[in-house]
Amino acid sequence: MNKSTQIVEAGLKKRYAREKRFRMFGLISILISLAFLVVLLTDIISKGYPAFQQTYIKVDVTIDSKTLGLTADSTEDELYTASYSRIIRDSLRAKFPEVTDRKQRRALTNLVSKSAAYDIRDKVIANPSILDTTASYWFLAKDDVDVFMKGNIDRDLPEDDRRVKDYQLGWIDQLVAENRLEKRFNTVLFTEADSREPEQAGIRGALMGSLFTMLITMFLAVPIGVASATYLEEFAPQNNKWVDMIEININNLAAVPSIVFGLLGLAVYINFFGVPRSTPLIGGLVLALMTLPTIIIASRAAIKAVPPSMREAALGLGASKVQTVFQHVLPTAMPGILTGTIIGMAQALGETAPLLMIGMIAFVSDVPQGILDPSTVMPVQIYLWSDSPERAFTERTSAAIMVLLAFLITMNLIAIMLRKRFEQRW
Amino acid sequence: MSTDTATKKRDEFDVEILDTVGQPLLKDQAEVKMAARGCDVFYADHQAIFGVDLDIGKNEIIAMIGPSGCGKSTFLRALNRMNDTIDICKVTGDLTLDGQDIYAKDQDPVLLRARVGMVFQKPNPFPKSIYDNVAYGARLHGLVTNKSELDDLVEASLTKAGLFKEVKDSLLKPGTGLSGGQQQRLCIARTIAVDPEVILMDEPTSALDPIATAIIEELMDELRHNYTIAIVTHSMQQAARISQRTAYFHLGKLVEVNATNTVFTNPEHKLTENYITGRFG
Repeated sequence: MNKSTQIVEAGLKKRYAREKRFRMFGLISILISLAFLVVLLTDIISKGYPAFQQTYIKVDVTIDSKTLGLTADSTEDELYTASYSRIIRDSLRAKFPEVTDRKQRRALTNLVSKSAAYDIRDKVIANPSILDTTASYWFLAKDDVDVFMKGNIDRDLPEDDRRVKDYQLGWIDQLVAENRLEKRFNTVLFTEADSREPEQAGIRGALMGSLFTMLITMFLAVPIGVASATYLEEFAPQNNKWVDMIEININNLAAVPSIVFGLLGLAVYINFFGVPRSTPLIGGLVLALMTLPTIIIASRAAIKAVPPSMREAALGLGASKVQTVFQHVLPTAMPGILTGTIIGMAQALGETAPLLMIGMIAFVSDVPQGILDPSTVMPVQIYLWSDSPERAFTERTSAAIMVLLAFLITMNLIAIMLRKRFEQRW
Repeated sequence: MSTDTATKKRDEFDVEILDTVGQPLLKDQAEVKMAARGCDVFYADHQAIFGVDLDIGKNEIIAMIGPSGCGKSTFLRALNRMNDTIDICKVTGDLTLDGQDIYAKDQDPVLLRARVGMVFQKPNPFPKSIYDNVAYGARLHGLVTNKSELDDLVEASLTKAGLFKEVKDSLLKPGTGLSGGQQQRLCIARTIAVDPEVILMDEPTSALDPIATAIIEELMDELRHNYTIAIVTHSMQQAARISQRTAYFHLGKLVEVNATNTVFTNPEHKLTENYITGRFG
């Protein structure tokens, strides 16, 4: 064995130890991140899954036309404006005739959500012949009942510390015994927009708002971003100081705090161009500005990574510059461009700060039907709900986070599938 | 001749090459396909090619040899304006194809490259099927009007490139899945499909094994009957085997051009002799 072999052998142990140590660090950091992820997801899911169920209450309702002040000849307008809440109140009183105390009577009415009156109204308008009949109807239960039914109110607490009082517990117990309380899948969560009443609050408004906003962002940011990247990378004169300046500015824009884009949107889009505030249109415009640098930088990197031999091959056959770029460079760079797009869009989907400035942090109780309707977006909805005092909003906050994550995963899956398709072209 | 030649041979260390020795220009100017007169190429402030005068004859294979960095590839790429893609690259002097200035303002580079095809050092098939690779140029220029014509063209081009037998059952498989030698023949087929007049080859076999190289050399010999071929090569044996004329470049200057067997058996210039005898390069 010669001298250098001896030196190498002596050092080997140390080298392997270093390698082992490095691998350990990597493994440990991955395990720690996984643990955090598990804790986070467990917390969100355990808090959020009850929100996918909702308590319904069965009430025997007599639709008394006298109480409503209606006759068989009433017009639709009269049917619409009649006071149906009285009917619900009377039905509940009839169910529990022993309740006479004013305060308790009010509490009795509050077993059922305010939406019950609208349910009955819609049924009467759809079929006026149910006037003066008695039948059992299922209504949304009030959020307190729902929270109790989900076991989130401890009946062993002293009465004063409880939101649901002893007499209310008695009614609930009686209703449960008569099978008049039932937990069902919470469709309201997915069909309604925000509401002050937790049991009537849904995320559809925010979901549609996010969807419209993302569409605007995508249709603006992706073509403009890819076109800019292509121009800067393929067509712009090299070593030109103007081009260099544009490059530096784009790179800096990627690091600008997002709220600044909100201010820009407020000043330019709303104040100068008069784009309506609180709409997916303005939200999409602002988020497109924010997303552009990300897409441009990622697309440029992807275009730069296309081997020059491919451009030469096309040019050598007599393809023009534009044909070379569109037929060879961009398709080859597409997976990388899509990765940048995913990152940019995911960032935009979770953004709230710039939306503060353009009025998208708002209570909107209608589901937006288009890009010009006032709306809010998912992360804003989560923020609004997390800020609400009612216990029932806690689980809805977590549920909304779950839906946002599902939205994000769906969006990414589509992009990844697209990317796979491009990659499969060898 | 021997005394004459001896006086012409300059000192080994004399890189001040004043004039190209040998016969850079053809006697019969009707035989000239492409010609360079006083061609200079600059990369920004750096001059890569110094006043090259050279004729490339019809249906001949001219080999360009020389040590690395001598500018032979740069000169080749100037012949179909491939250098246009590099902003800082500037070509001056006259370069003509059939007597027409290829750097004239009204000369379209796209049309020029359709007439002067190029095969590169590294096989660079498109990430598409074998069929699409060959059909690409024809489709691009609208050379065919229907599918059956295109089929015929693809088959004819692959046959000329000596590849058809090997790939006739896998035309729809990716061109990038072929072996290196097959890929290079595919690239040649792709170039032939556009029906160019001149084919420029930039070290087309440097990435291939000797068997694949032999196949391509044989192919070039056949192609010579229909095309003019200019090839840059690092292999002197290859230049000796395939070319009719050989041009030796040194530090951006054209040192010597002669019939291939003259260059290899009786070089006029000392630098050429040093190079082909392996004293440097």
